[in-house]
Amino acid sequence: MIEIRWHSRAGQGAVTGAKGLGDVVSRTGKQVQAFALYGSAKRGAAMRAYNRIDDKPIINHAKFMLPDYVLVIDPALAFTDNITENDKPETQYIITTHLDKTELIAQIPELQDKKDRVHVVDCMQISLDTIGRAIPNAPMLGAFVKVSGMFELEDFLESMKRVLAKFPQKIIDANMAAITRAYNEVN
Amino acid sequence: MAEKMELNDVEVWDGNYAAAQALRQAQVDVVAAYPITPSTPIVENYGAFVANGYVDGEFVMVESEHAAMSGCVGAAAAGGRVATATSSQGFMLMIEVLYQASGMRLPIVLNVVNRAVASPLNVRGDHGDMYAGRDSGWVQLDAFNAQEAYDLNLCAFKIAEDINVRLPAMVHQDGFLTSHTAQNVYPLSDDEAYAFIGDYKPVDEMLDFSKPVTYGAQTEEDWHYEHKAKQHRALMDSYVVIDRVFEEFKAKTGREYKRVESYMMEDAEVAIVALGSTVETAIQAAQELRDNEGLKAGVVAPRCFRPFPFNEIRDVLANVKAVAVLDRSCPMGAMGALFNEISAAMYTTPSRPLITNFIYGLGGRDFSLDDAKHIFREQKGHADVGYITTPIQQFSGLRGPKLGFYETKRSK
Repeated sequence: MIEIRWHSRAGQGAVTGAKGLGDVVSRTGKQVQAFALYGSAKRGAAMRAYNRIDDKPIINHAKFMLPDYVLVIDPALAFTDNITENDKPETQYIITTHLDKTELIAQIPELQDKKDRVHVVDCMQISLDTIGRAIPNAPMLGAFVKVSGMFELEDFLESMKRVLAKFPQKIIDANMAAITRAYNEVN
Repeated sequence: MAEKMELNDVEVWDGNYAAAQALRQAQVDVVAAYPITPSTPIVENYGAFVANGYVDGEFVMVESEHAAMSGCVGAAAAGGRVATATSSQGFMLMIEVLYQASGMRLPIVLNVVNRAVASPLNVRGDHGDMYAGRDSGWVQLDAFNAQEAYDLNLCAFKIAEDINVRLPAMVHQDGFLTSHTAQNVYPLSDDEAYAFIGDYKPVDEMLDFSKPVTYGAQTEEDWHYEHKAKQHRALMDSYVVIDRVFEEFKAKTGREYKRVESYMMEDAEVAIVALGSTVETAIQAAQELRDNEGLKAGVVAPRCFRPFPFNEIRDVLANVKAVAVLDRSCPMGAMGALFNEISAAMYTTPSRPLITNFIYGLGGRDFSLDDAKHIFREQKGHADVGYITTPIQQFSGLRGPKLGFYETKRSK
């Protein structure tokens, strides 16, 4: 069982990202779960989304999890939200930021002892450059593909194209570019 | 003629979308709706399916949930296949008309995405609305995940419309926990799904002008009682059709449903009885306790909340020593409703297991594996000493001082 927690603001696409990831992963024959905690949240409010991935049907409906991956798609939430909650020794962090890794870690005391498990990528800039709007979910998926090593980039892009099939070609192309660039830039 | 939709063998759908797809595949003629969180996407998606030519039906926008169910009653009496969806406050506003629909024997399908009832206002899942419908004369089926929300919708039309039932049916799923949780769902093709449900067969439809009929007539003490007893009997006896529809569904899909689901109950010493998505969490907890602590735990879940499966409950709990019945609704001044019904059933058996009541998960409070394990271990404690060692009603996951009510009078 792999468990993933997304930290996002309502409107940044964490729910779509989590569901999109679930959709892609289901095409590899795995069982998936994607859900979110947003209640009656307003756009811009901090919220969390979750994924579970397993080989057998997922029947745990609890919100509580010890995440294997924490994906932070809003730069400020790395500072204001409790992103290391329920951390375990293997938890990997992918954080969107314009800072380099050392600068970021220096400013967040909770990450000091987890340096080798922190990865950074500027999903905001990447989505602005490729999609034209600050929708950081697609680049985060690219970074996750790289860090998790769970898929080949080409296979992931192919599946993602099918998930996005209802959108115009221009939007599909922009998302592919965002995923690819984040895959290459995350470190 | 509606367009067909190509579906993959495996889709990743949440419970709302799964239910909406089932309404589309059933080719529902009329949906009258006043959308409310968290059930909104069900009717929203039906509306989109109509607009895009995937359903040959009507989406009727109304001014309230009372009007929504009234519109459904009118359309069903006219002779159409009818469905809608609601939650929480919307369900409460519908209640007056729910009794009208069942009394008129109109086979409407209502998706209830369970949500807490205000005040205080809360959009998240508990079973307060589902429980409020339990005397309304509807069949009530309960889905524990998105796949089941899809499957049970297909079954609900077939059950409700059967000439030997002709009663409305609700399909329940947990708000957010099921309605907004995407998971692998294995749909039928449009043709297979429609063939399973079958064409709608109108009975005494008002639009048949050659045979005028009256719906919703007045009866005083001369006939009201007989009508209500007959309606009660129809609901009691509907289990025959429910079982048959579940059998047919299994033959078609391989997916098996029973009016009472049971898991690891063959040799269980202690059991949790619950409804909704909690059932699956409890199954995982029971499995882990068996694997790691050798605790013989099992789970029992009424799939069919109405008609209440009194006999099947007695059979499945016949050999357990201690049972925790979980109510995700605040009973306000009494024991939980499910606790009362399970206790009443078991009181008429020789085994009379030790039964306690847990209130939990109100307003969407998380119910974790550890919460379920704690409850199982406590039941084991009761079973070992032969009496209830805790208050009979407790609150799981409540902050603040421990809250409990009533001591057992069975201790030695």
